Amino acid sequence: MQALCESDSPAEAWKRVVRPGEVVGLKINCLAGKGISTSIPLVEAVCERLRQAGIPAKDIVIWDRLNADLESAGFRISTRQDSIRTLGNDVFGYEDELALHGSVASLVCKTLTRTCDAVINLPVLKDHGIVGVTMAMKNLFGAIHNPNKYHTDAGNPYVADVWMLDPIRRKLRLTLCDATTAQYEGGPSFMPQWTWRCDGLLASRDPVALDYVGWQMIESQRAEKGMRSLKDAGRAPAYIATAADARHMLGTNDPRLIERVEV
Amino acid sequence: MRSAALPCLAFCASGRTSELRAIPLHAPALTDSDAQFTVEARYYEKLPYKKIKCKLCPRECVIDDRERGYCGVRENRDSIYYSLVHSRVVTAHVDPIEKKPFFHFLPGTAAFSIATAGCNVNCKMCQNWEISQARPEQVRSNYMPPRDVAALAKRYECRAIAYTYSEPVIFYEYLLDAADAGRSAGVKSAVVTGGFIQQDPLKEMCRHVDAVKVDLKAYSQKFYKEVVNGDLKPVLDTLVTLKKQGMWTEIVYLVIPTLNDSEQEFKGLARWVKSEIGPDVPLHFSRFHPQYLLKNLPPTPLEILERAKAVSDAEGLRYVYIGNVPGHSAESTYCPKCRRMVVERAGYTVKSVRLRQGKCQFCQEPIPGIW
Repeated sequence: MQALCESDSPAEAWKRVVRPGEVVGLKINCLAGKGISTSIPLVEAVCERLRQAGIPAKDIVIWDRLNADLESAGFRISTRQDSIRTLGNDVFGYEDELALHGSVASLVCKTLTRTCDAVINLPVLKDHGIVGVTMAMKNLFGAIHNPNKYHTDAGNPYVADVWMLDPIRRKLRLTLCDATTAQYEGGPSFMPQWTWRCDGLLASRDPVALDYVGWQMIESQRAEKGMRSLKDAGRAPAYIATAADARHMLGTNDPRLIERVEV
Repeated sequence: MRSAALPCLAFCASGRTSELRAIPLHAPALTDSDAQFTVEARYYEKLPYKKIKCKLCPRECVIDDRERGYCGVRENRDSIYYSLVHSRVVTAHVDPIEKKPFFHFLPGTAAFSIATAGCNVNCKMCQNWEISQARPEQVRSNYMPPRDVAALAKRYECRAIAYTYSEPVIFYEYLLDAADAGRSAGVKSAVVTGGFIQQDPLKEMCRHVDAVKVDLKAYSQKFYKEVVNGDLKPVLDTLVTLKKQGMWTEIVYLVIPTLNDSEQEFKGLARWVKSEIGPDVPLHFSRFHPQYLLKNLPPTPLEILERAKAVSDAEGLRYVYIGNVPGHSAESTYCPKCRRMVVERAGYTVKSVRLRQGKCQFCQEPIPGIW
């Protein structure tokens, strides 16, 4: 975070992302259960940094699609107003009016629209059997009521269009991709035989760049294991280029414009 | 959780005054557990690495463990595929059968009409998108097992159970079980569907139900791709199979200005229907009203509906109707031989039936249907 935000301390770094008085949501990814979900230690560390940045516990909300998903990954549901809340979209539900952009028409969860002022995106690094990869951008499928409608055509342009929905585009501040354990095949389910101990954390304000870099990491691992590339397997993540195009401009997928800082 | 409270019902039929009757349903099943609604699904195959392939509709979704297919109501749990909507009713009404619409099936009677959440397409003109595009846990539902469906149909003097509003293909297991319960109780079953289903489950369904109305969204693959997010051919195959199975079938074509209203399309449709299904299948051209993602379009002009009917009549189809235009003469049924009116309708109300044992009372021409 210090490297990303060019600051002298972690607290100062986080202060450049969130402000006291804001309710900050942490959108984690628990779909695959304990095997490859956003890790509890990472979430706890982020919460601690947020508190150091002036965000009290009561203004931190850890959320994902369903309470059941969160519990399957080891999180404990809590809706208490005086401490960190951990909850699924099934607690507050969804808006009544559709949010529209391009190919997407969805009800956005009220956790995002009404509870949170800012969102820190905490996906994991893994491939996806239909869309190619699932990292920063696809993690926000967990904010809409009908993600199952948007997996046709390898999720393109749906993944990009979901990010164009106003509540998402306005509130997403940062992505921290949990790459402690990453997966290169068989995703989104947990397939331990296709994971690798990456011990990494990818941080970016540019979700497109992060997904591009994560994709390359997966391809490298696949090549190392003698597997076909995602492109040759018929599931290159085409949504990444769409997200970077002139109609979306959600970030860049041009490696010449992506500065990779390794710490 | 969005609330879709089960409404009171209104019932209008020939010879009866309309009245409001509340359906005495069970208390809402406001529980976090979906166990009572979960049954193993039919028509799927197991794949390596805990994946399954659904074989119910032409999408053939390949679904990872803990994931659902496109319809949102069928889930892979550790290599077993489950329907999450068995007995999980989100809306129930007593409707005139003409509202489905069925015009040649038990006219003037009531249909106990039910739906669950979910659908295997995403039509931009869907008038029930709040349930069809929802996952079951997002909509308030009631536990209504098949025996209760049949009992309620009997209680409200419904001659048929109608599976409608959303897409009954996706609540397939419930549909079959409810149809069997209805049959045991002397109540017929009528399916209102987009017809996007594979052949084997379709043929099995035909053994359980008595009538099917297919919403043929357009006679154009482009429309199916862009507006429905589906495919045309499987729906045409469904219609052909229904014919071969001897299933009473009616077709509705919702005419949407600028999207599926060309004369060329009407002509192609009519020729195909006559050639592949026969001239006796009732074809309803229905007026569109702005909905969901097509609020920018106007309601269908009457002249377009009348042109569609004229084209179809000219191609030799014998029972072509205009729907959603209450009071139009094309709501009524006319004998194709003597041209006399044999079933007079106004909106959903049947005002008179001039048939004897399924034949025109004037000239004895058989009028196909289940009367």
